[in-house]
Amino acid sequence: MDAAPSELRIDIRQVATLARLSLDAAETRELEGALDRILEYVAQLDELDLDGVEPTSHPVPLRAAWREDVAAPPLSRDEAFANAPDHDGTAFVVPRVV
Amino acid sequence: MSAAGWEAVIGLEIHVQLATRTKIFCATEASRDGAEPNTLVDPVTLGMPGVLPVLNREVVELAIRLGLALGCTIAPRSRFSRKHYFYPDLPKGYQISQYDEPLCTGGAIVTEVDGEERRFRLTRIHLEEDAGKTVHDALRNRSLVDYNRAGVPLVETVSEPDLRSPADAMAYMKAMHRIVTALGVSDGNMEQGNFRCDANVSVRRVGDPRLGTKVELKNINSFRFVGRGLEHEIARQVDVLEAGGHLVQETRLWDEAAGVTRPMRTKEMAHDYRYFPDPDLMVLEVDEAWIERVRATLPELPRARTQRFVDALGLSAYDADVLTQSAARADYFEAVAQAVGDPKLAANWIQGELLGLLNKDGLDIEASPVPAERLAELLVLLRDERLSSKMAKACFAEMFSSSVAPADWLAAHGAQITDEDTLRAMVAAALDAHPDEVAGFHAGKAQLLGFFVGQVMKQSRGKANPQRVNQLVRSQLEERR
Repeated sequence: MDAAPSELRIDIRQVATLARLSLDAAETRELEGALDRILEYVAQLDELDLDGVEPTSHPVPLRAAWREDVAAPPLSRDEAFANAPDHDGTAFVVPRVV
Repeated sequence: MSAAGWEAVIGLEIHVQLATRTKIFCATEASRDGAEPNTLVDPVTLGMPGVLPVLNREVVELAIRLGLALGCTIAPRSRFSRKHYFYPDLPKGYQISQYDEPLCTGGAIVTEVDGEERRFRLTRIHLEEDAGKTVHDALRNRSLVDYNRAGVPLVETVSEPDLRSPADAMAYMKAMHRIVTALGVSDGNMEQGNFRCDANVSVRRVGDPRLGTKVELKNINSFRFVGRGLEHEIARQVDVLEAGGHLVQETRLWDEAAGVTRPMRTKEMAHDYRYFPDPDLMVLEVDEAWIERVRATLPELPRARTQRFVDALGLSAYDADVLTQSAARADYFEAVAQAVGDPKLAANWIQGELLGLLNKDGLDIEASPVPAERLAELLVLLRDERLSSKMAKACFAEMFSSSVAPADWLAAHGAQITDEDTLRAMVAAALDAHPDEVAGFHAGKAQLLGFFVGQVMKQSRGKANPQRVNQLVRSQLEERR
């Protein structure tokens, strides 16, 4: 399979660093291939003449739903923390990021 | 401008928290005084699987209001995008923000800088959600996150790079603050981070049409920090370039305590935004009828109000500017001026007496111990000469410290004496009691005039009308010559 055009290549190591994922060499190769195939699939659009065609962000034309500015009760802290991998009873605890 | 031959090019991005009750995409309260961390959260705020954002209509209404006040074009169709970044302050991994199709474009802030009218163009105003707050615990190598702020509605106002100096930037920021608070679009509370400013700044040789390398300056969230931060950053850039060095495009942080800007390690370094339209939200449609409805509710804007105070009420440009620093101050002034029927008197008292005491106590006019109606009562007594201006000042000091009513103060101290016969008799008595001084005056000691006025004022315990006493002393001394 041909490689995707270079400007579409995704730098897997960069993305993995940002996402704080540690990938070994085999995983990196595998994901790179998988993502390249996705990009190639989308790149088929380039074969069409799309001048003047509005990008489709929604398949169905719908109007926005509105909410009035009226408050509803929030979650309790227990509920809020229920799925958290870690918390200290007040805050969510995550690995240090900066 | 920092050094001779150099010019700064500055653009400001101001994030304004909108004064809604609830968040932008869910029904949780946007803020509550004293709320504990993570008590204003819900499944949408926390990015739980399967939840959907639903746009708060009031958010759009307030943004239209601001856009119209600044002369922006309101887009009939605008769009929300996902801005991705890897940082835990937004649990869903992206911020919902408007990107290539913002709600408002164009517009301008018109304000005065050093007495000169300037027009600073706006690029755009767009809607977005705020992020949570992270606190880094270096000791235990972890970060703590509070999501109360996540999903709070913001508008980001982006200026064109039309500003040329720290003074321009401060004037722009102050004008924006006056407008958002006058419109009621935001409380503008800067201590709470509800009005935040970042600057893009570069320098170039005067006359060079090209732009220099720009630096994004953060942590300049007060008028003073904007002025000082930009001043130092401009000087730093000029120093680097004059020494033959190169600037790098980076984000720097103003360190107020040290008085320097420093490069910043931020989540900005972790960006890989990959914007795309948020499939969870439909195109935001705003029809003409809605825009016109909002336009009809716009209050008088700060600049127009300043101008009216000059044109219709006869204030000086300086007084009008001081009195329109905030909508609350202007409202207070108008209430007093109307009740007393003398705008100039009201302006003098508010600026001279009231603001002086408020500043000393660090109070805003909203918290004034003397409400507008009370000051008006006092000024009516002054206008009608029931109180001399000296008595009025003494009364005002007590009103401020102990909330006494002017009428009660008057009852306790007695009114000013303005009755002509009474005053004439008091003056005659003073002259009769001091024949030597009368002779002295007639022999050419003109300064004795003040002595007689002083005698009468003392006799009346300060209540005689001093102007009238002065006139009567003069005329009676002449009569006795």
